Amino acid sequence: MKFGVIVFPGSNCDADCYHVVQDVLGQEADYIWHKQDSLAGCDALILPGGFSYGDYLRTGAIARFSPIMPAVIDFAQQGGLVIGICNGFQILLEAGLLPGAMLRNRSLKFICGRINLKVERTDTAFTNQLLPGEIIKVPIAHGEGNYFCDPPTLAALKRDNRILFTYCDENGAESQEANPNGSVANIAGIINEGGNVLGMMPHPERCSEEILGGTDGLGIFASMLQSFLEGKR
Amino acid sequence: MFKANVYVTLKEGVLDPQGEAVRKSLQVLDYQEVEAVRIGKFIEVWLEAADESAARRQVEEMSDKLLANPIIEDFRVEMMEVV
Repeated sequence: MKFGVIVFPGSNCDADCYHVVQDVLGQEADYIWHKQDSLAGCDALILPGGFSYGDYLRTGAIARFSPIMPAVIDFAQQGGLVIGICNGFQILLEAGLLPGAMLRNRSLKFICGRINLKVERTDTAFTNQLLPGEIIKVPIAHGEGNYFCDPPTLAALKRDNRILFTYCDENGAESQEANPNGSVANIAGIINEGGNVLGMMPHPERCSEEILGGTDGLGIFASMLQSFLEGKR
Repeated sequence: MFKANVYVTLKEGVLDPQGEAVRKSLQVLDYQEVEAVRIGKFIEVWLEAADESAARRQVEEMSDKLLANPIIEDFRVEMMEVV
């Protein structure tokens, strides 16, 4: 399986993602510079974290119009697997591939730490290697991860089971205390209607090896591989 | 040549943590009369256009596409001719 890692000016988690899919997961990986306009035969795309274009105007707002983006949007609309992590999630929101928008964290602080995530579904291309109801520990690092959407959009996300990850405490309770940034309904990650595009604020690529203190994130990339191998896309 | 002043503001009902922090700070400065503060963006755009209404159409399109995010923000455009 070949993963394409899209690199924008200011991306800074691209090498981490590349390393995880190539060296840990044992798959092919390719960097795709944002000025390219073709995806060169990739089977899945990763939009990595960072500060594309210095977060100017709004996070993801300028990256969303990079030359590579029409190909990314087309790939997603054809059912290709796309994961946007942190800034990658923000770009997917700005591109309209996922609903909603990001606001400044409720605390106004850049937050950095390891949080608990509840896995809401395991029948998706991104979570099939995780356990139902599993609580995984994944690092976060963001200033604008306060997910917002209007009440009808939230109702649709809930109705269609498109919320994949929520912030919770160690026991899986979705309290306000366990919500690090103020996101509506403790949302940490959502998928699109087709189930082939995931956006999440936490960083699974930072917890995919024991040497980094945990491997809870690897299951997400392994799920994508499994989904690809099953030809489900 | 035309100049547009584009005001981008958070939609009603969208939480504004920055505005809230400034409101609290104003209260610390003893401006007890302050009830709410909302923070937005002010963007100036200079452009060539056939006439003022064409200029306005262009800037409104730009605002909808890039300058504002319609999910969380509203925008307002003031247009003037400049030399």
